[in-house]
Amino acid sequence: MIRPSLGVRWGAIRAYSKLTAEHYNVARGSYGSIEQSDLDFFKSIVPNGVVTDASDLEMFNEDWMHKYRGQSKVMLKPQNTEQVSKIMAHCNARKLAVVPQGGNTGLVGGSVPVFDEIILSLANMNKIRHFDPVSGVLTADAGVILQNADDYLRTQGFIFPLDLGAKGSCQIGGNLATNAGGLRLLRYGSLHGTVLGVEGVFATGEVFDGLSSLRKDNTGYDLKQLFIGSEGTLGVITGLSIICPPKPNAVNVAFLGLESFDKVQEAFVKSRSHLAEILSSFECMDASSLKLASHHCSLQAPLSDVHPFSVLIETSGSNSAHDEEKLSGFLEALMEEGIITDGVLAQDETQIANLWYWREFIPEASTKAGGVYKYDVSLPLPAMWELVDATNDRLIKQNLVGSTDEFPVVDTIGYGHIGDSNLHLNVAVRRYDDRVEQALEPFVFEFVAKHKGSVSAEHGLGFQKAHALHYSKSEHMIGLMKALKRHYDPNLILNPYKYLP
Amino acid sequence: MSTKLRIMVPVKRVVDAAIRPRVNKAQTGIETQGVKYSINPFCDIAVEEALRLREGNKDLVESIHAVSVGGKKSQEVLRTALAKGVDTSTLVDVGEKEVETLSVAKVLAKLVEQQKSNFVLLGKQAIDSDANHTGQMLAGLLGWPQATNAAKIEISGDEVTVTREIDGGEEVVKAKLPMIVTTDLRLNEPRYASLPNIMKAKKKPLDTVTADSLGVDITPRVEILKVAEPPARGAGVTVETTDDFIAKIKEKGAL
Ligand SMILES: Cc1cc2nc3c(=O)[nH]c(=O)nc-3n(C[C@H](O)[C@H](O)[C@H](O)COP(=O)(O)OP(=O)(O)OC[C@H]3O[C@@H](n4cnc5c(N)ncnc54)[C@H](O)[C@@H]3O)c2cc1C
Repeated sequence: MIRPSLGVRWGAIRAYSKLTAEHYNVARGSYGSIEQSDLDFFKSIVPNGVVTDASDLEMFNEDWMHKYRGQSKVMLKPQNTEQVSKIMAHCNARKLAVVPQGGNTGLVGGSVPVFDEIILSLANMNKIRHFDPVSGVLTADAGVILQNADDYLRTQGFIFPLDLGAKGSCQIGGNLATNAGGLRLLRYGSLHGTVLGVEGVFATGEVFDGLSSLRKDNTGYDLKQLFIGSEGTLGVITGLSIICPPKPNAVNVAFLGLESFDKVQEAFVKSRSHLAEILSSFECMDASSLKLASHHCSLQAPLSDVHPFSVLIETSGSNSAHDEEKLSGFLEALMEEGIITDGVLAQDETQIANLWYWREFIPEASTKAGGVYKYDVSLPLPAMWELVDATNDRLIKQNLVGSTDEFPVVDTIGYGHIGDSNLHLNVAVRRYDDRVEQALEPFVFEFVAKHKGSVSAEHGLGFQKAHALHYSKSEHMIGLMKALKRHYDPNLILNPYKYLP
Repeated sequence: MSTKLRIMVPVKRVVDAAIRPRVNKAQTGIETQGVKYSINPFCDIAVEEALRLREGNKDLVESIHAVSVGGKKSQEVLRTALAKGVDTSTLVDVGEKEVETLSVAKVLAKLVEQQKSNFVLLGKQAIDSDANHTGQMLAGLLGWPQATNAAKIEISGDEVTVTREIDGGEEVVKAKLPMIVTTDLRLNEPRYASLPNIMKAKKKPLDTVTADSLGVDITPRVEILKVAEPPARGAGVTVETTDDFIAKIKEKGAL
């Protein structure tokens, strides 16, 4: 049986990406530099967890897109919260800058250093601490890989409330740090709702002991929320507790072909009323996305023709007969009303996995030619594909798109979590080229601001979007954020050059 | 002169191939509650091949009939087969109990007679019992030639050429219709069921008969006493050096 792996594999290392600091002309902050005495101290805290070999550090200095590259000389791999606290206290006293790093799958250049920041890897904090099968609350180290957390939960009859294409590499602490949304937010909600407790260490070394498993707790400010989406700028997440839904007994997946984005919206509105509580995902991809994916994928295409738009619908419920009846009634109605032109319904788990693969493989496919410019935006649905078309036109007009090597751009593709009004606009390129970047920025950000969208729906700000924050947040808001940052990280040692302008 | 094919495709409903079966608490079989069932992957391949034979040559195939021997829920896999393009189907309702292979083969032999089938395409095995002998027993009962583990099927006139998967290579065999062929993994990649076909399939015939009405006695002759998981593998040990490793395997008598 053909079983695609859903984990993210690292592609062959290509020519080195440029150093972020040089390419973007960044000046180093007035941080301390690592000395032998620092290394000796770190070795006394984590004897087997100090990495200094340059070749060992390569893949942790470069991001998943091969777009950003830092120059760190040291990576630390603590095994418990106490070690993290001691490390942070030392770095704070010495003004040594630190980048917390999870699975390094982040898509905005937030997880890799810019200069010689210390990489603080959570990879060795990878234990499930506790699971309560009555409440469904999981308590675990931050460094547990998402797939491992989900596999464990499935043996207990539960699932992790978040799922995304990078599940084989990303860590649940990294997911919290980026407030990742993923493929089923529509159904299970945001991490701001499902996370019940966070254990972390502030920049100063102070431990934040907020590992509650209470569903309801209105005793004061909800401080754990500060960590969710803070992208390693306030503190290091070391543990978390999260409420997990029961594993659905009946899962169905349909893959549909549609003529226009208007029809996609009609199908979405109908899916919410017809499928109601069993709808668990509504993902959309345009023809260019599927064409790009099919260049790099040997699986059978779901539909015989490529339609202008394709939609993947998933239902999750407890009773397969009930769900199938609902779903087939819904799909028949879509056919009869001419909302969809074609479609298939998976008949077994292998087909379900293969249909999902077509959606989940797109981000990886977009990097295969060399690199990708990624924009992850929230937009009102009617404006969504206007952005894709406008971007495509713009790049074509500037003569940047073509099928031969002299053109930097391979294609502009759009896909995303339509159920959450979240579009991924990707420009697949053969190499990173300033002309492309200048054509895209601030064009994309201005378009989003004009439609009152968000310049970062779920990937965060990191290095790429720190300077674009003002397109979505007022000066006042940015001022409040900066004050908060200074309060918890007075020396600004955590993840510098990122997040805030 | 060429004979038109009247194909029969037997299909079985089994625990989905992607799910790890667990032994039930009473240790009488595998856990069936809350478990996803699907068409047996090899049966799915047989359905696909029947459809491709027709698509490859319209005049070759007169009819494709699917059969399932099982409980009421086996209708699901027949609907899947119909949705993929099979013409007609029969459920032989034998209740929820597992039926022994010889009984299944006898039931199929009767239906082959009724349907005047001259080509039976079926999976080499069902992934639940892994028995791998339904096709062979059916060939024995009917006295027909058989080719098992097919990786490629070519039909010209009355002659069927089958490339078989065998240990370490392939074997090409030839026989005349009527014939039995069992399918292996490489034969093809089954299609998705399209929505228009799923809708059409609802109107296609799905007859239900019993083993009794076919005059086949399916009383089991084998009693299952106990089903158990294979013993769990012991935990491994970590060694520090190559010397330790060699010492360890010597200690275990492997060197
Ligand atoms: C193929 C692919 C598909 C993706 N799909 C989605 C998707 O559908 N939805 C979505 O929202 N995102 C998606 N992403 C991006 C997503 O943000 C990351 O995959 C994931 O959430 C980051 O986890 P990580 O462990 O890799 O974190 P990293 O990449 O290592 O880090 C990300 C950020 O979090 C910080 N950080 C990491 N761990 C900690 C910690 N323990 N404490 C404090 N700070 C920390 C880092 O400093 C950095 O700023 C996708 C990425 C890929 C490669």
